[in-house]
Amino acid sequence: MAWRDGKASGKRLLLFMASIILGIAAVVSIQSFSDNLKDNIGLQSKALMGADFLIDSNQPANERVIQLMDSLGGADAREVNFASMAAFTKNGATKLVQVRGMEGGFPFYGELETEPANAAIEFQEKGGALVDATAMLQFNLKPGDSVKLGSITFPIIGSLITAPGSTGIGATAAPPIIVPFRFMEESGLLQRGSRLGYNYYFKNPNIDLKELNKKVDPLLDAENADLDTHTDTSQRLGRRYENVGRFLNLVAFIALLLGCVGIASSVHIYIKEKLKSVAILKCLGATRKQTFLIYLLQIAGMGLLGGFIGTVLGLILQQTFPLILQEFLPFQVEISTSYQSIFVGLLLGVCMSVLFALSPLINTWFVSPLQVLRVQEDTSKKSRPYQIWVMIAIVLFVFLFAYWLLGRWSFAASFVAGILVTFSILAGVSILFMRMIKRYFPKSWSFAARQSLLNLYRPNNQTVVLILAIGIGTFLISTLYFTKDFLLAKTSFESSAESPNLILFDVQTEQRDAVANTITPNGLTVIDNIPIVTMRMERIKDRSVNDIRLDSTTRVNKWILNHEFRTTYRDSMIGSEKLLEGEWMPSMAPNAEVIPISLADNVANDALVTLGDTISFNVQGKLMTTVVGNIRQVDWARMQLNFSIVFPKGVLENAPQFHVLTTNAPDKKSSANLQRELVKKFPNVSIIDLRQVVTLIENILDKISWVITFMAFFSILTGIIVLIGSVRNSKYQRIRESVLLRTLGAQSKQILKINALEYLFLGILGSGVGVLLSLVSSFLLAYFIFDTPFIPSWVPFLVVLPGITLLVLSIGLLNSRGVLNSPPLQVLRKEGK
Amino acid sequence: MAKILNVRNLRKTYTSGSKNLTVLDDISFSIEEGETFAIVGPSGSGKTTLLGLCAGLDEIDEGGIDLCGEDLSTLNEDQRALLRNKKVGFIFQDFQLLPTLTALENVSVPLELQGAPHATKDAMELLTKVGLGNRHNHYPSQLSGGEQQRVALARAFSNKPSILFADEPTGNLDEETGEKVIKLLFDLNTEMGTTLVIVTHDLELAKLNQHVLRLKGGKIVINETSAIS
Repeated sequence: MAWRDGKASGKRLLLFMASIILGIAAVVSIQSFSDNLKDNIGLQSKALMGADFLIDSNQPANERVIQLMDSLGGADAREVNFASMAAFTKNGATKLVQVRGMEGGFPFYGELETEPANAAIEFQEKGGALVDATAMLQFNLKPGDSVKLGSITFPIIGSLITAPGSTGIGATAAPPIIVPFRFMEESGLLQRGSRLGYNYYFKNPNIDLKELNKKVDPLLDAENADLDTHTDTSQRLGRRYENVGRFLNLVAFIALLLGCVGIASSVHIYIKEKLKSVAILKCLGATRKQTFLIYLLQIAGMGLLGGFIGTVLGLILQQTFPLILQEFLPFQVEISTSYQSIFVGLLLGVCMSVLFALSPLINTWFVSPLQVLRVQEDTSKKSRPYQIWVMIAIVLFVFLFAYWLLGRWSFAASFVAGILVTFSILAGVSILFMRMIKRYFPKSWSFAARQSLLNLYRPNNQTVVLILAIGIGTFLISTLYFTKDFLLAKTSFESSAESPNLILFDVQTEQRDAVANTITPNGLTVIDNIPIVTMRMERIKDRSVNDIRLDSTTRVNKWILNHEFRTTYRDSMIGSEKLLEGEWMPSMAPNAEVIPISLADNVANDALVTLGDTISFNVQGKLMTTVVGNIRQVDWARMQLNFSIVFPKGVLENAPQFHVLTTNAPDKKSSANLQRELVKKFPNVSIIDLRQVVTLIENILDKISWVITFMAFFSILTGIIVLIGSVRNSKYQRIRESVLLRTLGAQSKQILKINALEYLFLGILGSGVGVLLSLVSSFLLAYFIFDTPFIPSWVPFLVVLPGITLLVLSIGLLNSRGVLNSPPLQVLRKEGK
Repeated sequence: MAKILNVRNLRKTYTSGSKNLTVLDDISFSIEEGETFAIVGPSGSGKTTLLGLCAGLDEIDEGGIDLCGEDLSTLNEDQRALLRNKKVGFIFQDFQLLPTLTALENVSVPLELQGAPHATKDAMELLTKVGLGNRHNHYPSQLSGGEQQRVALARAFSNKPSILFADEPTGNLDEETGEKVIKLLFDLNTEMGTTLVIVTHDLELAKLNQHVLRLKGGKIVINETSAIS
């Protein structure tokens, strides 16, 4: 019976099904891709590191570390890496790069993928360089050209396509150049101030990594070195991608929920039309259970079919993910079928469609056979308690699914609460709008405009569902734009001549005047000249850092214990700083016993110190005891040099130090010329061009937002399907109205105007509510999460709102085109079939 | 008197699957201005199709129809709609009121479509004439069947039509209400001097008209002038 009845309503049921296909496709594709990524990371774990484990430090291995490494059989390869300027002699261009000086047979797993392929071996023999493939293209370089790093010019042996340890996004900021280790000392780049990283690679497939970690890591910590195993790396990477995957999965799940709202709404109308048939069946002796099952089976069948099609679509869709996400992936991902995601897709299809259809379906249970004789009996009172249980079941299911995705009860509860609040606000605002329109009805408007507004209230209208569908899609996309914009605004810097846009690092004390003299003849001024002294914490309050490291109960953050701080000294605060506690001490008398320092609030929190606590520093071998004199708040996002620890003047002047100089180059050309000249004269100096940094951040945010837009698009598409479904559901009613108006003498353009205005109102209302809600949510995000002023972007108002409104208008008109040019009786005959 | 409707050798065929079904075959008749005209016949005889074709609601296959001096076959859909809006009124068996509009708004629709300046005032006058002045703010769902048909009646006369087509106007009403609606229809028709074309099963109602056309199987079997003329 379910099949026979369903056959007659096939098209309608197929449309319900279509509402969930995209949501399921989105969830399945993300789920399956995440599973694949996890498997790939596990499989390629060793290839990602290139070794079984490594010991890293930002200083060359001391005697104790060498002893430890010898006890492990000695390092099989070593590397020193640092950021430096590269000068390409062919065209004089300069670029901040990541230099990796290699020695030994690294990598032991995976490979250095180069073009030509033998360059991976030849660069060591020939003493040449492997240059990042993108940089080669960017600067039009070919093997045989040369690159100057520090004082040495290397022939370029080949382009570097992939290398273990060089990740996508990192490589965009500073493209890697691999050269033989033996030239590093000679290059003059390993001097004071350079932020160096030393990696010692080990190949030992039989070693117990857990045991190694447990025994050796604490010993290395004491020497400011660290042990990293290939499993640590892959787990870290896995967690990072898992988090991204979970986030995208939630976005996909929202699309599915939206589709389910569409199902609930369509089934509501479908069942309402079937109530008469239900009453007839009951008159003929069908039981409640039988009639209920007829429609339950129809919906479950459609849900299963929707789940199946969505799953297949999702599995096809995930094949495109490596292309979409290639910038974010450190390796090639091999796609295979994840059986778990197939199960999830089918389960979601059946459960979600049945759960969301249950509320209207319950009405069939309470239909009295008397309705055949006396129509109109209110069943809502009888079914109310059951409706509440259905609502609870839906919330519970959504909560459990969110928990399965996120793995934490609190996150799942927040997600469900967020969804409920967003849906309620959207639905509430749409209902409010509708009531306001009814109350303050614009009686002076033209007939067409009034009629189109009134159509929003037609019997069985789905106005609220439509506004919800359009609103959610718009909300997602607008929030994305607003967020992206204020993040970009946060990273942008002022373009006035007083604000630096070139930052010169690693300037040695003896080079300081010469560098300044190179800048000023070009008509530029040295804006800042900041001294930097590196140091580590030795004691915090009365405990040594080594002691704290060994204390498993300590709440002191680990990074504080291992970090090499770059500190400065000055007599005043700068614009990005605000004094929170204590007093600012501008300078100290020489040989003062107590040295008050200024700490950034995050450092004070992580080190668990307050005003008056003592901290001892190891300043390149010399111990210095200080006391926390004040605590500052620092706006780290400002494009300027910020410091977590600042000393007063008169203390560190004679300590080994290097300098950072800043200047403002008014245009790209003068900036490039100055960089070229500086790199030529001072090859050890690294230059950060803030213009390029902003462009880089823009690019990264663009890429991220593209991925999120891609997912939000599923919501928009689902919204469109719900919209089409809703237009179809009310099509006969609309056609009857249009035909009647036609019969009464309405012209095509009048009917077109009424229809167009109706969809226009729907589009504006839906997307308007979405944009307004996203304005509020973005403001909250900016204020509470990113702590930044919120200046709304115009894109959602000028592009998203009109774009989506136009889309709604087109879909609506496309569905009513048949009515406009055909004679009324012909339309009725055709649609009545 | 001048002819307001002239039907010549009309033929209409519908396709159902692979079969052609001739609904009307060789129909010719004419109606003079101010005349009352009934089309009767059993179910499936083609009465409603003939009414629809006469009002320009569908396209003819063969023959010709002149309505208010216009050859319908030379007009496009919009021109036919304009003709209906200016010169034709309609009453349907199932009332066909717009559910989102009040009684008053429903009556004023034809005038609003014309862009008439005093649409609401004129509509209110008509609504009062059919006895529903005090229910003008009610929606169709708040009115009884008889009341809905009276609203439809007021709407049909709102554009002061030259000819009014009524399709089974009492088909959905009980006898007593039906009689009241018919009396109102004929009274308004006399008052406004409109030509009236009624499709009905009801032979008593048909007898009230000056002219009766009987259809059977899509053909005219009787075309006679009633005793009342």
